[in-house]
Amino acid sequence: MDLRTPLSKVRGHGSAGDGTHHWWLQRVTAIANIPLVIFFVFIVVLNIGKTHAEVAACLGSPMVVIGLLLAVLSITWHMRLGMQVVIEDYVHAEGTKIAMLLANTFFCTVLAVACGYSILKLGFGV
Amino acid sequence: MTDTTPRSPQQRPLSPHLQVYKPMLTMTMSIMHRVTGSALYFGMVLVACWLLAAASGAEQFNMVQSIYGSWIGRLILFGFTWALIHHMLGGLRHLVWDTGRGFELPTVEMMAKLNLAGSIVLTILLWIVAYVVR
Repeated sequence: MDLRTPLSKVRGHGSAGDGTHHWWLQRVTAIANIPLVIFFVFIVVLNIGKTHAEVAACLGSPMVVIGLLLAVLSITWHMRLGMQVVIEDYVHAEGTKIAMLLANTFFCTVLAVACGYSILKLGFGV
Repeated sequence: MTDTTPRSPQQRPLSPHLQVYKPMLTMTMSIMHRVTGSALYFGMVLVACWLLAAASGAEQFNMVQSIYGSWIGRLILFGFTWALIHHMLGGLRHLVWDTGRGFELPTVEMMAKLNLAGSIVLTILLWIVAYVVR
């Protein structure tokens, strides 16, 4: 027996109310992270043992700025989605859960802005 | 008359959790995916500090570099790179599963082993490259 209404079925939103949106974005950012994180690691390895002027010049070049900005955007978004699931799985007290979900969003946003601003500053010249 | 007072969540029976299962490789790898993901979550603070220092000036950058270059810093960064590679390889496994493929038990077992071995080999290779570049 199926108690779901035809409208509920066609919407496909499920009990959480947003369907596969979270799951899908987790995959979109996961796939984006593959080339972007490899690029990030490549840039870090390239700058090992370099002076500040050399590192600033490398991190400030247009292609690197664009790559790093995309990486930071995708990584912080992926982080937020992942930690959200961990919190929802293990924290059952409603108040604590909401507080932690808020902290998760704020933490990832602060990291995104801090990294993003630093990269832009390097791009426009320290 | 029926008792209609709502029961507190504590009184509900709980389903058996981790402690009732025999530890298996696939289970451990699933847990490791979450553990490495959580570690990377906080590890991003190190990336942010590095970028902030580079954007702030030579003095701040040299300070961060000397902390990251110390033995404890290198140990943490080594763990960071291992967690990163492990989580990415684990993620690739999940993307394969998302297509509906790779659920046969021998395949699952093989992918778990490849994930573990691959993460260790690639981490060591990356650090060899890092030391050669330096």
